[in-house]
Amino acid sequence: MHEMALCQGMVELIEEQRRLDGFATVKRVIVEIGALGHVDPHALEFAFDVGARGTSAESAALEIREIPGRGWCMDCSRSIEIAARGEGCPECGGYQLIVEQGEELRLKELEVA
Amino acid sequence: MCSVCGCSEGETRIEKHDHAHDHSDEHGSAHSHQMEGQKASVTVLRDDPAARSHLVSVEKDILSKNNDIAAHNRRHFASHGVLALNLVSSPGAGKTTLLVESLKQLSGQLSMAVIEGDQETSADADRIRATGVPALQVNTGRGCHLDAEMIDRAFHELHIHDGVLFIENVGNLVCPAGFDLGEAHKVVIASVTEGEDKPLKYPNMFAAASLMLVSKVDLLPHLDFDVEALIDNALKVNPALQVIQVSPTTGEGMERWLNWIGAARQMAAATA
Repeated sequence: MHEMALCQGMVELIEEQRRLDGFATVKRVIVEIGALGHVDPHALEFAFDVGARGTSAESAALEIREIPGRGWCMDCSRSIEIAARGEGCPECGGYQLIVEQGEELRLKELEVA
Repeated sequence: MCSVCGCSEGETRIEKHDHAHDHSDEHGSAHSHQMEGQKASVTVLRDDPAARSHLVSVEKDILSKNNDIAAHNRRHFASHGVLALNLVSSPGAGKTTLLVESLKQLSGQLSMAVIEGDQETSADADRIRATGVPALQVNTGRGCHLDAEMIDRAFHELHIHDGVLFIENVGNLVCPAGFDLGEAHKVVIASVTEGEDKPLKYPNMFAAASLMLVSKVDLLPHLDFDVEALIDNALKVNPALQVIQVSPTTGEGMERWLNWIGAARQMAAATA
């Protein structure tokens, strides 16, 4: 839904990097998206196709790396995997979870030429 | 323009504030709009002359620009002694009705202002202004959420010190979850005419909120709605979420909600 706005943010970061680095074109854009975040990878891919038009990343491939959810269960005091928000602890079934990983929304690196 | 949802830039309209006041010295020493953290370090990880390409490490949050402006807004609100609350819900949950009633009850006790986000029309801002509280309408055009820059621009048009800024976000439980506006708290409003599973269907919003207002509880006798199930679902997503059941129509829960605002103001003042 809001992935278009995110792609505009990505394109701005890429252009900022281009001014620093001086590359001509971007071949690959690598982003890390947390599994518990608010981004739909398919919508992001679609939006990137549109949002990158006319920029140095126009013909770049978008590589999305999903970061799995992890956290701490306060009920059983264990570090656990969190498959999705609203799901209980896989060890004890409790819901007193603190999310520690899985909300990432990061432009990781660029393959440029 | 995005053909997924139609989001696009360049269509945001912020009303001009029409009462005249000198705003030039409102902010004390001039604050800078230069955002922090805009210089990224460049690290060449691998150079492959054969392919004539190399990897550049960026390692920046995609929302960093919005987050930088939100941090600026947060400092700006603190310097004005303003508690900013970001009200979010699906369309039709009763945000504006609840807000109008809250403004009426708080009238005369503290300084207040409202930023109204909607795709189109100034209808909601008109309803707010009828209470005597200054309101500014931000039309996002095809955009589905308010962002920090819109709030920065709108706040500069408003005249508020030592009070509460209510930001009524676009009715949408998805997109506004990801955009920090610089608010002290997100307050999510879930009405009893919606489903009990809303928090599980739209978990990011409920995870991002500090408080859930269960609205329209005066309708419960006429509905087959399980309030406890709604609250249980919300707490599964966010075990720290506070919950207040309200009805602007009967006044139920309004005092608790207004007391919550008072406590949040004290907390904001203590940590500013």
